[in-house]
Amino acid sequence: MAVTKANPKTVHVAHQWKHSSPLVSCCFAPDGRYVFTAGQDYALQRWEIPSGKKVAWSAHDSWVRDMVFLHDGRTLITAGCDDTLMYWDAMSSETPKAIRTVAAHKGWIRSLCVAADGKTFVSGGNDRLVKLWNASDGKLIRSFAGHKLDVYSTFLHPDGKTLYSGDQGGEIREWEISSGKTLRTFDAKVLLTNNTQGVRYGGVRGLAVSPDNRYLAACGLHKATNPLGAVNEPIALLFDRKTGKKVRTQAGSGIKGIAWQLTWLNDGSLAVASGGSGGGFLLFWRPDSDKEYHRFKLPDTARDMAVHPDGLQLATVHYDRHVRIHKLTPKPAVKNPDKPAPKK
Amino acid sequence: MQCNYSCGSDEHVIARRQFLGGVAGGVVGGLGVMAGVPAAKQLEKTQQRVVCIYMSGGLSQLESWDPKPKTDTGGPFRAIPTSVPGIHLSELLPSTAKHMDKLALIRGINTKNGDHGKGNYHMQHGRQQIPGVSLPTLGAVCSKALEDPGNPMPGHIRIGGGGRGNDAAYLGPRYASIGANGKPPANSERPKGLSEAADSLRNRLRRKANDRFSLRRRTTETDAYTYSYERALQLMERRDVFDVSKEPGAMHELYGKESFGQHCLTARRLLEAGSTFVKLSHSNYDTHNENFNFHLEQVGEFDKGFAALIGDLDDRGMLDSTMIVVMSEFGRTPKINKYYGRDHWGTAWSICLGGGRIARGALVGKTNANGTKVIDREVSFAQLFHTYLAGVGLDSHEPFDVGGRPVPMADPAFSPIDELIV
Repeated sequence: MAVTKANPKTVHVAHQWKHSSPLVSCCFAPDGRYVFTAGQDYALQRWEIPSGKKVAWSAHDSWVRDMVFLHDGRTLITAGCDDTLMYWDAMSSETPKAIRTVAAHKGWIRSLCVAADGKTFVSGGNDRLVKLWNASDGKLIRSFAGHKLDVYSTFLHPDGKTLYSGDQGGEIREWEISSGKTLRTFDAKVLLTNNTQGVRYGGVRGLAVSPDNRYLAACGLHKATNPLGAVNEPIALLFDRKTGKKVRTQAGSGIKGIAWQLTWLNDGSLAVASGGSGGGFLLFWRPDSDKEYHRFKLPDTARDMAVHPDGLQLATVHYDRHVRIHKLTPKPAVKNPDKPAPKK
Repeated sequence: MQCNYSCGSDEHVIARRQFLGGVAGGVVGGLGVMAGVPAAKQLEKTQQRVVCIYMSGGLSQLESWDPKPKTDTGGPFRAIPTSVPGIHLSELLPSTAKHMDKLALIRGINTKNGDHGKGNYHMQHGRQQIPGVSLPTLGAVCSKALEDPGNPMPGHIRIGGGGRGNDAAYLGPRYASIGANGKPPANSERPKGLSEAADSLRNRLRRKANDRFSLRRRTTETDAYTYSYERALQLMERRDVFDVSKEPGAMHELYGKESFGQHCLTARRLLEAGSTFVKLSHSNYDTHNENFNFHLEQVGEFDKGFAALIGDLDDRGMLDSTMIVVMSEFGRTPKINKYYGRDHWGTAWSICLGGGRIARGALVGKTNANGTKVIDREVSFAQLFHTYLAGVGLDSHEPFDVGGRPVPMADPAFSPIDELIV
């Protein structure tokens, strides 16, 4: 059966459901039946698609900045700002229960990524470490030390040998998983604005390798003329993985915000969710151009994004307490009962 | 109100010359205002000092002194216990938490204002701003009221930046702030080609000329001019006190290499050398955007330097004679905005103070469960100002004598928070 390709130009909000608190992060279940979210109320939520039926439960002692599913299709791992990773039996008909809690980092855990084979996953956090974990028993396999600032994002390459991590200062490290050595670094310092208004602001907010293995994409913000007032613009960078050189600077021109998350779509596009003082947007680029070919205005500032297992839907979470499911396929035609049927 | 010296009468001229003759160290000028006798009596026992840390932009009380974890306003940080049972601080202050038994908190502040300029004025002056009226800042008031005439150190120092402040109003330029940046003041070394003897002769001649001129034409401006020279001479003699590099390596390690830690270390050197009031600022807390990321970095930096300062003052036996105040122009909104920020908020916020006559480990005031209003012992900026003065042993209802008129040190309609004073 031919795989349906995403068509970002047809993007539209298919579903939106409101929680009782602003939302922070999200992910889809591997079977695509649910989207999971985390809120500023320290709780997790499971939303059934398409009914929107919600199950909510208390989780960490702090906010959850990222969440991923293991390949067993049942276990959700959440990354807390309380230094812990929590494992949840997330698909049970009852309210999900914690099955394991691991004191994983000293400081916030900001990023998680599961390996393509599902056997391991990585976490990155404010202790400036990246950690590789055994997915089945939750044991630490290796720590990767070298970042000089907080780790904001991680990505495990599908080859199973390579790991990427990005930090607050705009340094991206490529690690050899087997040895724990840094193989090389990518310069994304444009994602950091240092010392404007006396603060350090920016960071590599999202990282992903393109499906054709050619590009490493990173996103965040630039042009921060007023970091304390949210005056900055979203940006994505493409690096050629062979040469390590930056080949594209894809800026959301005219938009004020941060590129909070990115993902590659099955049509070869890069999708970015941005949010900030200019509102929320989904931005779409192709690797052959610095200019986005489509932008979609969201009803509110976006804070995180996840791609559905079918590759044809994106979830975004928002300050206005909504989780929104966007379809990347044409809207079904709506029959207008008032319009007479064409004559045959 | 201007500092007005000379009405031109013979009585005024004679009285002034008598006064100038009694000032130790040959310092002249700028002394038309004298501290009242009661204030001098209060200070007989111990010379009191103040270090004021200004958290510029508006520190979030929720990420510091009054955390509300796991509420709708709490944010991602947790609360941690301190050395005082029952008092919790934000987890961003682990080192400060260990010194809580030496500090006190005021959690019920309502300054009814969300404007930076007004908030800064309220906190520095303890009164509402009145157009056309110039009042001295806390630093000028303390440096005047706590003055030790025998100490040649400047009484009112701002760390970070340079120059002279215009912040003493009717108290005169003697009590205006001087900027210091952790290094000896610029051009404070005697030029190599000028011998000590020649320099001394030069200054004697200048003083003679100044004295003669000021007999008939003394103004605030001539005093400022004269005083600047004398103060420059004193600074030249004590230039090493400003040089934080003279501290041993262990002290630098303790305070941290960041600029705030170095400023705290400079403050301790200056206080130890006899400066009365030292103000340092930490910036920038005006976090309408990314409040949590910015507080994570900045409060972390503050915590190291501040805790080092408290511990060091205590170790040196200086805490009873040094009052510490950590203030801002206001706090930040309990409501978290869409940029993970917090906005301006003067309705229910906190400050930390300690040392001097401040009750150790005290907690005054309370906010509700999510920090949106004060529910116990609400206090204003005017009460805070009185409390600072009482905290260094002054009777804040005593007036200054300004040109023969009594001028209250603090807003006479208010009083100190008595339960904080021992």
